[in-house]
Amino acid sequence: MAFAHNIPFISIMMTILAGVISLLTGKDKAARICLGTLTAVALLSALLFAYLWQTGTSFTFSMGHFPAPWGNELQAGLFEALMALTFTVVMILSLVAGRERVVADIAPARQGLYYLLCSLLTCSLLALVYTNDIFTAYVFVEINTLAACGIVAAKDTGETVTATIRYLIMSLLGSGLILIAISLLYAITGHLLMNDLLGSMTELAASGDYAMPCMVIMLFLAIGLAIKSALFPFHTWLPAAHGSATAASSAILSGVVLKGYIILLLKIFYRVFGLSFAHDLRVADLLFVFGLLGMIMGSIFAVREKNLKRMLAYSSVAQVGYIFMGIGLSTAIGMVAACFHILAHAITKPLLFLAADGLMDVSGHSKNIFNMQGAGRRNILAGIAFTVGALSMIGIPMFSGFVSKFYFVQGSFQNPDKMLATLIVLALSTVLNAMYYLPVLVTLYLGNDENSPYRHRKSANSRNYKKAMVAFILLNFILGMFYEPVIKALEQGLLML
Amino acid sequence: MMEFHLFTNYVEIAAVILFSIGFSTLLFHQNLMKKIIGFNIMDTAIFLFLAAKGYIAGRMAPILVEGANDPSLYINPVPSALVLTGIVVSVSVTAFALALVLRLYERYGTLHLDEILYLTRGEHD
Repeated sequence: MAFAHNIPFISIMMTILAGVISLLTGKDKAARICLGTLTAVALLSALLFAYLWQTGTSFTFSMGHFPAPWGNELQAGLFEALMALTFTVVMILSLVAGRERVVADIAPARQGLYYLLCSLLTCSLLALVYTNDIFTAYVFVEINTLAACGIVAAKDTGETVTATIRYLIMSLLGSGLILIAISLLYAITGHLLMNDLLGSMTELAASGDYAMPCMVIMLFLAIGLAIKSALFPFHTWLPAAHGSATAASSAILSGVVLKGYIILLLKIFYRVFGLSFAHDLRVADLLFVFGLLGMIMGSIFAVREKNLKRMLAYSSVAQVGYIFMGIGLSTAIGMVAACFHILAHAITKPLLFLAADGLMDVSGHSKNIFNMQGAGRRNILAGIAFTVGALSMIGIPMFSGFVSKFYFVQGSFQNPDKMLATLIVLALSTVLNAMYYLPVLVTLYLGNDENSPYRHRKSANSRNYKKAMVAFILLNFILGMFYEPVIKALEQGLLML
Repeated sequence: MMEFHLFTNYVEIAAVILFSIGFSTLLFHQNLMKKIIGFNIMDTAIFLFLAAKGYIAGRMAPILVEGANDPSLYINPVPSALVLTGIVVSVSVTAFALALVLRLYERYGTLHLDEILYLTRGEHD
């Protein structure tokens, strides 16, 4: 067995150990342990990706070498490796860029714990990406939820704690649905491993038995995970949580945490129900409609928002709508587009949140857009970063957001029933995106700051912040211009699922 | 036929009713403490469902007894293991939720979610 086969397990184990160890050390060491481990995991994931790319295979790793029905399993293919790599890189860059803000926002005694939560968050995301056992997935969904709530609450103001409790309550509703669905699944099939479940589901699909329970299970799983990934109309918790947390948390939550649940849903589509059965159950159509509604409504909420961070949070609602629309299209290209958009949004939204933080820094820490007149001139790097992120979200060519829109359109051509609705909503959503991002850009660059008390505020970007932001901007260009290999990897990876 | 199933599967029926009660309490109740209680009812209902699914009438708990190595003497151990894991998750979530509620109560002196939302609105721009 090649060394690469151990990488999924080692990655999960290293991050969870890093969390435990950082509990025993001081706050400075905790940050270093967390970032060091994440860097190692990113390198290992890149290695795994290269290995799978060369061999063109996927593999199953039996934990403790117990054979299938008894042991727990991990599975890795190109899709999983690419997602793990992206998530870890985004985590690292967000934490590096948000380091100073964490120091300012969180009580010194708790800063070590913040990095503990970030390690656990990465651990649970990696486990969601790699696991082959649906109950293990549930446990890590819960760990992910708790850690995500933790990094919101870490700032410890009335606003964040209230946002956290709302986030927690909504998440728990989702968890309840997921757990009852898994119990029903086990009651019907007697399996928890995805491969065995797929076998049983194929039989059930052929015989037509338990059609109603299967539909309910699929519905509960889809709704449960949709609540956690903030699909409209289950997004109500998101703006408060993402809008009030410290910059690194907002970046991580919008960039990667939402996506972990979507990837689990994709795996349930492919590996538990099988694509054709999942489509017969009509749940994809429901997600498609919610996705379209989310694209419009998320943007409309964002247009009305005057608080920059909440605006970005509502924009996330719209972008999650795009991803679910791609899944709901039920076409091969639509799926690839949805997965590409997971990557595109994962590198764009953290960039925007961190840029917003830099802009707030030169505007007296006000989140209100009106107080940011000319902030793009005062903090040049944050201004450029915000521009790149905004143009990518609107879908200007050369930026990553354009590529996903391009493929969404192509994907819709394969499904004539949904083509018209997709094209209309895509066009409308693009216009709406432009309607709230462009005025912000105008305010940032052309805004008159002569009367502003902050007009002489110089940007105090740390070297870490600069490096991470430049890396994010470069990633955005790379994904926007050299997207073909990524699309190819996703196509092959989805076939391997 | 339908009534027959309803009559024999009364534990599952009870679990579903409890789940609905817990779920709606968690969703609709404005008192945070009652929300947490609702969450616990919801999770316990699922554990009841799992335990009922794993039980086989007339068999022993899945703990190996000296001299009884035949698996057909025991009930299905997997749901029991799932329930145990579920309890661990549920306890930690409850603890975290209670800690948050305590923090909110210290700050705002109320457990009513709407009142807390109203009070926080005044704090920030």
